[in-house]
Amino acid sequence: MSAAAPAAPSHRSPAVHVFEHRWITYRRTFRASIFSSFLSPVLFLTAMGLGLGTYVDAGDSAALGGVSYLAFLAPGLLAATCMQAAAFEATFPVMAGILWSRVFHAMAATPISVRDIAVGNLAWMTARMVLIATVFTIVIVAFGAAESPTIVLAIPAAVLTGMAFAAPIAAFSTTQSTPNKFNALFRFGILPLFLFSGTFYPIDTLPQPLQVVAWFTPLFHGVELTRALSLGTVAQDPLAAVVDVLYLSTMLVIGVVAFVRLLDKRMVPR
Amino acid sequence: MPDTTVSAPLPTPSSTPTTALIHARGLTKRFGSFTAVDAVDFEVAPGESFGFLGPNGAGKTSTMRMIGCVSPVSDGELLVMGMDPARDGPRIRGRLGVVPQQDTLDTELTVRENLMIYGRYFGLGWDEIRRRADELLDFAQLTERANDQVEPLSGGMKRRLTIARALINEPNLLLLDEPTTGLDPQARHLLWDRLYRLKQRGVTLVLTTHYMDEAEQLCDRLVVMDKAKIVAEGSPRALIEQYSTREVTELRFAPGVAETLDGRLDGIGDRIEHLADRVLLYADDGEAAAVAVHDRGLRPESVLVRRSSLEDVFLRLTGRSLIE
Repeated sequence: MSAAAPAAPSHRSPAVHVFEHRWITYRRTFRASIFSSFLSPVLFLTAMGLGLGTYVDAGDSAALGGVSYLAFLAPGLLAATCMQAAAFEATFPVMAGILWSRVFHAMAATPISVRDIAVGNLAWMTARMVLIATVFTIVIVAFGAAESPTIVLAIPAAVLTGMAFAAPIAAFSTTQSTPNKFNALFRFGILPLFLFSGTFYPIDTLPQPLQVVAWFTPLFHGVELTRALSLGTVAQDPLAAVVDVLYLSTMLVIGVVAFVRLLDKRMVPR
Repeated sequence: MPDTTVSAPLPTPSSTPTTALIHARGLTKRFGSFTAVDAVDFEVAPGESFGFLGPNGAGKTSTMRMIGCVSPVSDGELLVMGMDPARDGPRIRGRLGVVPQQDTLDTELTVRENLMIYGRYFGLGWDEIRRRADELLDFAQLTERANDQVEPLSGGMKRRLTIARALINEPNLLLLDEPTTGLDPQARHLLWDRLYRLKQRGVTLVLTTHYMDEAEQLCDRLVVMDKAKIVAEGSPRALIEQYSTREVTELRFAPGVAETLDGRLDGIGDRIEHLADRVLLYADDGEAAAVAVHDRGLRPESVLVRRSSLEDVFLRLTGRSLIE
């Protein structure tokens, strides 16, 4: 046995190369992607924040804590947008890697392990969330909708919100053999969360039982946290912010563990 | 290396585990209650071209996936380059080239990008990968398509790219699972030519196939697998000599006639096989067998005398055809 050409020893985790692969694929559409990342918040904040907001602000603004509808809505949309992007990133690309282009199998035939594949993809999803959240936050500031410098911390809060969805959804995706249930997930999971988690109005306007339901939805905590940071109201109720972070972190950790295990189960038949 | 298997005498005096590139003894793969590979023994020496021949479902791919360290061994012993897949999986994979049965190319990337990113998986530097990619594109006759996206490439080109990609880490051992299945004859011959060149360069090839001509062209030695077990082992020539006659006379009769022969061919040649569409007479002198058939007053619609192939070996060993 000869050691003719051992691979050059790499000091980095092989997961880095999984991330690198996603980046190389993504950079083809980088410009278009950045553009739409800007366009989407601009359209939303113009139509709903400014347009609809005019009517909302003419009414009782005390319900919104004394801020403009635009300032109320913008951070909520930031968190909700991260959730939606996360749901997409964690479904189709995961299924493609396992079943369509099968690039995960190409990776698994090299020194890269299944765990590295999971970690590298989660790292990529995080990078996507950072990009989307940063662009969105810049737009919020440009609209004059940020009430506090702590809006900077709304970026990691929104990323955490996105990843709290991405990891468990990625775990779910490893168990699927067709994309059929993804549509159900978007329609009956993501869309209702988007509408009923306090993004567009405070949940205390909902009937009491629905408020309880809304409190348990994960997006509610993402929206609450991001909004408190944008409005600079964290100090008023720090416990709520801690609960939000714990709730989202718990989802993230459970999701990551499940994704690593289920991907291994799917890729390595025993 | 703990030897957990019960020592069974190997059929042939074999080299020690440290010199064989692959050493398998009692190698078993189970999926639940289904046994895909049932206690097989084999060894592959450096520089050898070794084949697994058998029909679909014989356990070839399961065996390859265990060698490729992507599927854990259920039972028995397996050493690849002297290492244990359970412990040294990433190290072994770092020195393997793998051509899977189904393409795993990133169809959104270009031909060159596919090579480059795959090189990165092995931790190679960009400059080194660029140099190797140029050579491999040339070897795979894909230089002109280097900057094209993979998606519209023909099946043969995709396979050649997959083989080029598998060579990016200059592997000690190249694993090819059904390398030409689904390709047209021209693309297959081009691929065989490339693989033959690798073999001449001393690359150890291990391949699975259900094409006897592929096995005959590329394999120095092969094992015939059927129903999760190895049923024979040897060079293509030795297997044909051992399990078949030098020639075969194929007779085709008009519909319904074959059923009425009723022993009238008995005694011609060494052995007779009745297939659905033809009768095979195994004889060292096929022409003489054809004359004998004619002398008995039988008038088949067509008579073909050919040399024995691995297909005949398989038929003899299992009573079934390779491709059903």
